[in-house]
Order: sequence, then C-alpha cells, then structure tokens
Amino acid sequence: MSDVPPTPPPSIGQIFAGFFGIGVIGFGGVLPLTRRMIVEQRRWMTGDEFTGVLGLCQFLPGGNVINLSAAVGLRFRGLPGAIAGLAGLMSAPFVIVLLLGLFYARFQEEPLVRRAFAGLAAAAAGLIVAMAIKIAAPLRRDLPAAAIALLCFVAIAWLRTPLLPTLLVMAPLGIALHWARAR
Amino acid sequence: MSGTLLTLALLFGQLSLLSFGGGPTVLPEMQRQVVEVNHWMTATDFAALFALAQAAPGPNMLVSTLVGLRAAGIPGAIVATLGMIVPSSLLTVASLSVWDRFREARWRKIVQAGLLPATVGLFLAAALLIALSADRSVPLAAVTIAVAGLMVATKIHPLWLLAAGAGLGVLGVV
Repeated sequence: MSDVPPTPPPSIGQIFAGFFGIGVIGFGGVLPLTRRMIVEQRRWMTGDEFTGVLGLCQFLPGGNVINLSAAVGLRFRGLPGAIAGLAGLMSAPFVIVLLLGLFYARFQEEPLVRRAFAGLAAAAAGLIVAMAIKIAAPLRRDLPAAAIALLCFVAIAWLRTPLLPTLLVMAPLGIALHWARAR
Repeated sequence: MSGTLLTLALLFGQLSLLSFGGGPTVLPEMQRQVVEVNHWMTATDFAALFALAQAAPGPNMLVSTLVGLRAAGIPGAIVATLGMIVPSSLLTVASLSVWDRFREARWRKIVQAGLLPATVGLFLAAALLIALSADRSVPLAAVTIAVAGLMVATKIHPLWLLAAGAGLGVLGVV
C-alpha cells in the first residue's frame, strides 16, 4: 500500500498546504501523521524514499519533522520548496502559541489561571518523563552505553555543565564505544 | 532591546545546532541559559512556558517562541523561533544531496549509534529538571507520575492528560 507510484511532484502551494495541515493538527507524535500525509494520502514519495529522507532528519540536529519539511520541500522545488515546507509547518503553531503566550502573560496573576497552569505544567512534565523512560528503556541491556547516559545525566542535571562541552566529551565516548564494537 | 535580540539569536542558533536526537535534548541547556545565565524568568515560569508549548499544536520546539516573547516581546518571539529553526534546517538542506552517498556508510551508523547514550542522558536530565520546576507540591508530583505512567502504559492521547492536569488545577485538587 505504501509503495504506489508517486504522483507528479507537488507545487510550492501544495507543499505549503500539506505541511500546514500537519502543523494545525499535530499534537505530540507528529511523525506518523507526516508519513501518512506524504506516502499514503498525497503520494509524493514511496515508503522507502520517505524512510531515506527521514534518516537524514534524525541524524542531524533539529526537530525531526521541522527538518523533514525542509528536506521534502527542497527535494521537489529547491530552496523555495524548503521555505514553503517550513513556513507551512510552523506558521499556524507559531501564531497559536504566541496567542497562548500573550494570554498567559496577561492573566497569569489570576488565581484560577495560576492554578490551571500549575496542573498543566505538572501534566506536561509527565509527558517528558514518559518520553525519557521510553527512550532510555533499550539501554537496560547495554550497560556501557547506560553508563555514558548516566554520566551525561549527572553532568547536565546535577553539575549543570554547559551543553556544548558536555557533548564534546559524551559524543566521542559513545562513538568510541560503538567503533570498538564494530571492529 | 537589540542586545537581547542578539542574545536570543545566538542562544537559539546554538541550541538548534546542538539538538541531536530532537528538541527536548536541549531543554536543560535552555533552562540554564534562560534562568541562571540571563535571568529572564524563574525555573517555575520556564516549566509553565514549556507546558504552554506542549498544549499548542505543532513541533514541541515552540517553547523557544515563548521564551523569546517573555524576553523581548513579539520581535523576541520571532527571533527565537527563527534561531531555533533556521540553522538546523540549513544544515539539512545542505546535506540532502550528499546523504544518499553516506547513508549506508559504516561511520555514519557508528556516529548515530554513538550519539544515542548522550541523547538518553539529556532526555533524562530534561525530564528531571522540568519535573522539579513544575512540581512544587506532593499532589502536583502525583499528577506528573500519573501522567508519565499512563503515557508509558496506554495509548491515551496526551491532550486528554494535559486537560486533566489543568482541570485538577482549576478545581483546586492539586
């Protein structure tokens, strides 16, 4: 089903519209929605092509879907396509979050708003705790990798070392571990 | 004012290029810079802005928009958002044409697997720091634990859990 031949390349407007739809409805896990839109609904790419481009987006820094909108736009319509993908994805969420932020700044001293936000923040913290548990779970069976993760956790959360120097130590450690295994 | 905008652009531009493994990995550094280095807000405020960004649709990097808004108004929101998006997107755009050549390369797989432990450590640090900032009472901590448990164990939509958290707050339960 995911390997039907792609339709003709999308126009700038179609790229904008496709990612605009993702930006408006996407909460939390946007990636499956993006795959469905590109591969199954609009048929811009085959499943394999999508997986290939996604690989780059996961390899490089930046939000996966943000990178994806730029990469997909670029592949079909060059730099204007990349800008259309990014603008489509980000414009509605940007305006919505800005309005929420202005509302919060205006009413944050109201007791009701403050109580609602205390509860909301506790729940949002739970979401990221769950994300951390899911991403950490596979390391249970890989003690050396888990030790590097723990070291990085202690440096950032407890010692509060800045991110750049921490990554400059932790990334080579992890790469050396996997390089030694690959030999 | 323009000094703050420059600070925002440099800060989020740097975070954009360091966010291996996705946005949440740079949350601890963002909190450190925003709260401890630049004193734009308290850690509790930062947790509230993070929650606000989670409650909005779209990519979860939008907390940068709210930090920019707090630090320098709407121009700050625009600069912070562009700072977070543009550098990593430029890198993606510049790499796409060569990606097919090194996609299957051995070093590429080793580097990607090698970055994972640090990513896990950063996710755990982000979770702990956000939870410590948000949970100022035992009932609030209970909400965090319950939401985390439900997210791990069930397929419930996160928006319901956010709404439930806000609702419990309004009712004065937590």
